[in-house]
Amino acid sequence: MKQKDIAALLDEPACAHNKKSKSGCAKPKPGATAGGCAFDGAQIALLPIADVAHIVHGSIACAGSSWDNRGTRSSGSRLFRIGMTTDLTEQDVIMGRGEKRLFHAIKQAVDNYQPSAVFVYNTCVPALIGDDVEAVCRAAEAKWGTPVVPVDAAGFYGTKNLGNRIAGESMVKHVCGSREPDPLPEVAVREGIKVHDISLIGEYNIAGELWHVLPLLDELGLRVLCTLSGDARFHEVQTMHRSSVNMMVCSKAMINVARKLQEAFGTPWFEGSFYGVRDVSQALRDFARVIDDEDLSQRTEALITREEARIDQLLEPWREKLRGRKVLLYTGGVKSWSVIAALQDLGMQVVATGTKKSTEEDKARIKELMGEDAVMLEEGNPRALINIVHEKNVDVLIAGGRNMYTALKARIPFLDINQEREFGYAGYQGMVELARQLVLTIESPVWPQVRTPAPWTVGASAAESTTDQEVVA
Amino acid sequence: MTEIIKRKKALSVSPLKASQTIGAALAFLGFRRAIPMLHGSQGCTAFGKVFFVRHFREPIPLQTTAMDQVTTVMGSEESVVEGLKTIAEKNQPMLLGVPTTGLSETQGSDVRMALKMFRDKYPQFDTIPVVPVSTPDYAGCLESGFAKAVDAIIKTTVPAAKEANTTPGRRHRQVNVLVNASLTPGDLEELKEIIESFGLRAVVIPDLSDSLDGHLGEDEFSPLTIGGTEVSEMSTLGDAKATLVIGKSLEKAADTLQQLTGVPDYRFDHLMGLQAMDRFVDSLHRISEEPVPAKLERQRAQLQDAMLDSHFMLGMARFALAADPDHLVALSQMLEGVGAETVAAVAPVNSPALQQVSSEKVKIGDLEDLEKLARENGAEILITNSHGSESAERLGIPLLRAGFPQYDFLGGYQKTWIGYRGSRQTLFDLANLMLTLEKGEISPYRSIYAQKTDFREVTDEHSSTATTRGLHH
Repeated sequence: MKQKDIAALLDEPACAHNKKSKSGCAKPKPGATAGGCAFDGAQIALLPIADVAHIVHGSIACAGSSWDNRGTRSSGSRLFRIGMTTDLTEQDVIMGRGEKRLFHAIKQAVDNYQPSAVFVYNTCVPALIGDDVEAVCRAAEAKWGTPVVPVDAAGFYGTKNLGNRIAGESMVKHVCGSREPDPLPEVAVREGIKVHDISLIGEYNIAGELWHVLPLLDELGLRVLCTLSGDARFHEVQTMHRSSVNMMVCSKAMINVARKLQEAFGTPWFEGSFYGVRDVSQALRDFARVIDDEDLSQRTEALITREEARIDQLLEPWREKLRGRKVLLYTGGVKSWSVIAALQDLGMQVVATGTKKSTEEDKARIKELMGEDAVMLEEGNPRALINIVHEKNVDVLIAGGRNMYTALKARIPFLDINQEREFGYAGYQGMVELARQLVLTIESPVWPQVRTPAPWTVGASAAESTTDQEVVA
Repeated sequence: MTEIIKRKKALSVSPLKASQTIGAALAFLGFRRAIPMLHGSQGCTAFGKVFFVRHFREPIPLQTTAMDQVTTVMGSEESVVEGLKTIAEKNQPMLLGVPTTGLSETQGSDVRMALKMFRDKYPQFDTIPVVPVSTPDYAGCLESGFAKAVDAIIKTTVPAAKEANTTPGRRHRQVNVLVNASLTPGDLEELKEIIESFGLRAVVIPDLSDSLDGHLGEDEFSPLTIGGTEVSEMSTLGDAKATLVIGKSLEKAADTLQQLTGVPDYRFDHLMGLQAMDRFVDSLHRISEEPVPAKLERQRAQLQDAMLDSHFMLGMARFALAADPDHLVALSQMLEGVGAETVAAVAPVNSPALQQVSSEKVKIGDLEDLEKLARENGAEILITNSHGSESAERLGIPLLRAGFPQYDFLGGYQKTWIGYRGSRQTLFDLANLMLTLEKGEISPYRSIYAQKTDFREVTDEHSSTATTRGLHH
């Protein structure tokens, strides 16, 4: 990928970060960097498209350490769970045989697995030796008749966030608009309910949580043409251009998709979240508002009233256990403000939140929710998180999986909120699961046990100081 | 003579291989207050980190030189210098590893020059050993990367006998133990206990049982490894009575240590099963000139008893194995020892060690190959890493998890496979898995005259696998 293409992707007029600098994210610092690369971001964004053969073109480290590593769920095809890579060897690199291997690899995937399409992810080594991945994809598509989509996302191009955008760009450029939606199936036609087509961008169906939301959309007559990319199929992505409104679900990662679909097809979009009662209701209202259908608005309000009352009742017993508990929130991709509202719904107190990936607008919303003296953490290194836990007497740390064992070592209750988690928290129903998981960790009997010293060490101050010295040494 | 069948496919499907790069990183994690900094894009490290975090369920110290578009084109030596300086300044490590990746190797990055620049520019960090190791992921696998790092660490930290004036046997109770990547922290604990029972002191290189054994420490957070071999011990290796080497992958590292120190060495392919253990224990007996402790005699007798008990289930049982070469040798020879057969064997890369595998053929390939061979040859149990779970499900046979990664399973890192005790437990585990197959059960048959209405339908699929299984016995 050329430097100017990368620069164009980083310049995202619809993103509030844009006002600050054009780089999107700060330049990584050698020896003090955490987080994934552009390939990581691109793969994460597209892998949930279930019936596609996802081929990683590169040497083994890219696919070998990362395949089958997502919490996303599919309701049908499981092809995406099969890791595929050209696993380049030293000979391939030296002799320039990477392109040839890729060409045959695509054939092998098409022959053996009959995928709806093949996505080819370019990585560092082939990018460096100059493999023409786009040309190979074009030739393979022409020869075998299965769509082959290049995703040029070598790790050194930049951060995970850039990778998300590259992924979105590939979809808009190569896939969206290449097919018309199916006619409505007759069984789905209901008297008096006009069906509107919508799409969800940046919803990954983690642990199947999208399935908490889909029944509500069905009830309202909102047909989801495509979810980019949770539980999606290739032929759904092709029809995204026909939706009447798009919802940007997960932060700004694929904001370029929403913007470009608006530019090309005039599709309006809004930003929302399915976490927390308030935000789920707001998202449903936003659909009705943008579509501007009076009947839909009325039915939406009725549904919200019914569901909120139902969930309120289900949450009541959990609220009693959670009321007043203090949370330190350190989220990655999931919008901080959305989760804050969800936790406040449960009666919990959010004492601090991470804002590394938040925009200025996000921060304003956080202040609105948490008050002016909200503690915002720009830097989320483990030491800083643990210090705040102690300073503020935090009851539970909510963060991504990579911080989990840090928390457990410091004997702090923990809830995983990132993509590797096993539980779905979206929708009204997801709130009950969130409450249950929070109580499960906070009230677990293991905490007092791991915090109490062994009985024979109690009172023996000499022994204690020896231990301290050893630790310091 | 084992026949090696080379890789013919262009596409690697469900890869078995993990990269050399992270193999090298793992070796560094076995030293106290150490940190590996992978020289590549930040994704190389992020993936490796998640790989090990999920396997060990521990925080993993791992850094990156974070190569980006500019450093990839213009040269990345400055990034190495800056990264080393940042870590040295912030964390004062006792050992810094710099494994290279496919990206930096393809670029032609000169890490030795970078290290020289670092030494010239920052003499204040001269006491911190820095070990570069060339581990591009387009060659080798986790095991070979681990072995290369052990070799490189020895070269950097062990002084030659005549320079440091060391004499083999001066520390007459010390033995050096070089261990390969297939030994778990649980294995290393067992190994140390056995050696210590002879009144010897084991210096294990690298000692993952002291850093990644999953213990809840006093410190809440550490940016470096919290245990492992002391780097200061490395200068004493030349005074040891003997060196024990576990695993063929360490031949080169063992040669290096031998040449530097002149300490006599004893080499073992593995420590699984009665025969391998008898040889090992006898060597300890001769090195220490002490009688074999009664406890070990007892454990030996217990293993023998377990072999008798389990031979009913394991005799002629058909196993499918996929692992790195040394590991494959160990598992297949242990199975052979109890009369089981390895009917499918897959290794990610070729290696001289594969000649020792107790199987007619070894395929160089992936888990798709394993699945295919297991099906063709009627395997009854699969032994490989967690990625094998889908294959096992499709094959309808149980999976015993071994090797890297084990992300859907707790305690994989501490399972003890070696020694008399570990071998005994492994046999029990395998025998119990065989019992779950309900071999010999007769499928229900329904009489055409029967008046019963509560008959449970047996699906076609189920009955046909039962028939094929029956054919092998």
